[in-house]
Amino acid sequence: MKWETVIGLEIHVQLACESKIFSSSSTKYGMPQNTQASLVDLGYPGVLPVLNHQAVVMAIKFGLAVDAEIAEKSIFARKNYFYPDLPKGYQISQYELPIVFNGSIEIPINDKSMKTIRITRAHLEEDAGKSIHDKFDNASAIDLNRAGTPLLEIVSEPDLSSSEEASSYMQKIHQLVRYLKISDGNMQEGSFRCDANISLRPLGSNVLGTRAEIKNINSFKFVEKAIEFEVERQKAILDEGESVTQETRLYDSEKNETRSMRSKEEATDYRYFPDPDLLPILVEKDLIKEIKKELPELFDQKVDRYIKQYSIRKVDAVEIAKNIDIAEFFEALIHHFKENYQQAANWLLSELMGYLNKENISITDLTITADASAELLQKIHENVVSTSMAKIILKQLIETNDSVDEIIEAQGLKQISDRGQIEAIVKEVIELFPDQRDQYLSGKEQVLGFLIGQVMKKTSGKANPKMVNQILLEKLKENRRR
Amino acid sequence: MERFTLKKLIHMISQREISSAELVSIYFQRIKKYDHFLNSFITLNQESAEEQSLIADKKIQAGNYDLLTGIPYASKDIFCTKGIKTTCASKMLENFVPPYDSTVINQIKNSGAILVGKTNMDEFAMGSSNETSYFGPVYNPWDLERSPGGSSGGSAAAVASGIIPIALGTDTGGSIRQPAAFTGITGLKPTYGRCSRYGMIAFASSLDQAGLLALTAEDIAIFLEAMSGFDPLDSTSVEEPVPQYSDSLHNSIAGKTIGLPKEFFNNSLDTESQRILNQGIEIYEKLGAKITEISLPNVGYSVPTYYVVASAECSSNLARYDGIRYGYRDDNTKDLDDLYRTNRQIGFGDEVKRRIMTGTYVLSAGYYDAYYLKAQKVRQLISNDFEEAFKEVDLIIGPTTQSPAFNIGEKIDDPVSMYMNDIYTISSNLAGLPALSHPVGFFDKLPIGMQLIAPHFHEYQLLNFCHLFQQETDFHLQQPQAFLDD
Repeated sequence: MKWETVIGLEIHVQLACESKIFSSSSTKYGMPQNTQASLVDLGYPGVLPVLNHQAVVMAIKFGLAVDAEIAEKSIFARKNYFYPDLPKGYQISQYELPIVFNGSIEIPINDKSMKTIRITRAHLEEDAGKSIHDKFDNASAIDLNRAGTPLLEIVSEPDLSSSEEASSYMQKIHQLVRYLKISDGNMQEGSFRCDANISLRPLGSNVLGTRAEIKNINSFKFVEKAIEFEVERQKAILDEGESVTQETRLYDSEKNETRSMRSKEEATDYRYFPDPDLLPILVEKDLIKEIKKELPELFDQKVDRYIKQYSIRKVDAVEIAKNIDIAEFFEALIHHFKENYQQAANWLLSELMGYLNKENISITDLTITADASAELLQKIHENVVSTSMAKIILKQLIETNDSVDEIIEAQGLKQISDRGQIEAIVKEVIELFPDQRDQYLSGKEQVLGFLIGQVMKKTSGKANPKMVNQILLEKLKENRRR
Repeated sequence: MERFTLKKLIHMISQREISSAELVSIYFQRIKKYDHFLNSFITLNQESAEEQSLIADKKIQAGNYDLLTGIPYASKDIFCTKGIKTTCASKMLENFVPPYDSTVINQIKNSGAILVGKTNMDEFAMGSSNETSYFGPVYNPWDLERSPGGSSGGSAAAVASGIIPIALGTDTGGSIRQPAAFTGITGLKPTYGRCSRYGMIAFASSLDQAGLLALTAEDIAIFLEAMSGFDPLDSTSVEEPVPQYSDSLHNSIAGKTIGLPKEFFNNSLDTESQRILNQGIEIYEKLGAKITEISLPNVGYSVPTYYVVASAECSSNLARYDGIRYGYRDDNTKDLDDLYRTNRQIGFGDEVKRRIMTGTYVLSAGYYDAYYLKAQKVRQLISNDFEEAFKEVDLIIGPTTQSPAFNIGEKIDDPVSMYMNDIYTISSNLAGLPALSHPVGFFDKLPIGMQLIAPHFHEYQLLNFCHLFQQETDFHLQQPQAFLDD
């Protein structure tokens, strides 16, 4: 039988609010355990939640960016279940009336075409704390720093039909929340993670099959692998004529397999009901207008603008705009360096990105400023330094924090573009290697490279290569005439 | 002993007839002498109160003091008090010392009044007789065999006996008004949102409201000003200016209309109570009010509606008591499930467990619509009934309870009969309305209360009516005989 894969994703995005969604505690990551949990986060008797308005604004931003409807009135509900890292015994979430609903987003598939994925809803909720089971013998520890961290849960319709599409969708949402600056999207820290609902049905059927939900996937690679594994698992079951059990499964990235966590029968009855401690969120039309006005330029618009305004090749524009941090660095760079935008793009994508990839760091980890980079570009453009020297300078720039001029000065990296100086060295080289000179003059042109190399060696690579090339040819010509 | 009104104490302090230190000392002597008959306090705050009284006296001597500076008061043990045990009368919180003050406690502290102690109550405010307290029942000063009502039974008994001039209570379904009626004092439940709920341990969040128990409307007016207003820490508190309640106490009520809901004067009310209430109504007529019969057609559904909504909310509100971060923790549990089960089984009393189970049931998949959702709809209908009624009348009057105080042990094994106690009081919680109970007479040496209900934020009207009534009568001045001896 031919089976069709049906996938829906629930993506949990940690919102980039400074304080928690219902308390004033900081949301900073990586702090000592339980130092960022106030009485509200600890679920003390008598305390009450107060909504962080910033989270609402961020949710609306997202809604507008995916052409969704923004609920005039949405309400918080309590999701009741017992777990030690859930201090109140319930999670404050949204259930019947989410703040964002009926949206959609276009994702690229098969490199060329686009597919529309419908977004059912996006709702605000609080994160739970963390249980730590491997730190103490015979005891589990609880860190409540994360408890109450604002989350936006984005639920898609089951419009995704392959692991690649799921990953593409996840990346698109990731890119979007980063563009909107509503999340740092840091997947290692758990700021961006998803649950995948997967089912199969006979190809062409309109009826959904029984699904399995895979929890807490925190990378684009894992979402593909988990789905691929799960599809094969379900296919094997269905091909045998048996049926898939509705259950929650866990993806083990080390073993690359999914495992059953709990079945539908074991599922908790969450007993959702409206939280009486919080008033409904009422969103005024004016607020939506205001937020709409302040929406940043998004990916597609940016790519278009780069092509139109800066005449950059499309492939480079896409590459730069892919990551908002790189795009912002690029824009700062060309703010200071206006000589040649394509040259700036080339340098950014090959030199700077090359360095980042080699060191495995992100652009935001760099201390190097865009104007220092522009200064370096300017030196390359003006032939003050060679491209190869520029590589060394860039490394120094990043590692020492000295200025471009200081590095050039200290390391004597300045390019030799003085005609007289180069002529003298060329002359010297030709005299030193008469055999090679003669070989060249007799038509063996590849010897030119050797002679250039000798000039560069004598100048420790600082001679302007273009000039060396030109002067060497001139001098050799003169020799021929003799 | 002489029962002092708050007003009298304020006068004495301002006339330097007595110092705050003397006053605080008098009340601790009274508590020591009488409270073992009543069991109205769970925790005393003597050392700190004495210290504060000395500071208050310095301020008073310097002429730099407020109306309530140096005045002793008590708080129901449901308000979190920094550094002072707050038990909610539960084994679960037997040793719980909050690291913070509730907003109301803080406001009162800022007004200068001195907290003497924390009063007994039904466990987590669930009960109508003060018999569900882990620390034992409170006894009614009018008859020590009887219940003072609940859940603010400790506050009521302490004020009625005169061992404290005024006390904080909370009212979710009648927990201030019913004990006030049973002990012959005045009790006010303000509008939902009038006082902050921050730091008030939640029973049913959409119904809970802080309020006061005192001897007179005048005393409540003075104290209410100190503890009302919007609190940014409580999203459900309302940004509505706080009036000077004392200023409108003497307003004439001539020409005002009082509605008597026919649903409140039916067979469930005992005949003696009915007769006494009628006499009270005549007094209001004498004061110039017009009496008219009204109907609140859906008010009969109040009790079941309440027990669905309140139980649902409590089942969720009490989920945090797992013994992990604070509260009762059993040391001999095997695993996580056992930890939850054991801590909650031992930490909570029967009535609390009954309501958690009821609440869990009504919120469960498949039952939610039939119970919780339906109850919310009925709640809206009850609210609408009041809204309609207040288009015709300024105030609604009815009984506070069906009968005077019942005996301890009489109803504790019959939850439904116990729940029916709140039949007249619950509807104003469901509608969020302010309501007050004041003494209206005696039957068989037991006080009877009358309930006044006003539109939202019309506390001033309740206090105004009640004050004029108390100018015409002396029911509120009568004291339980057993506490008269010196």
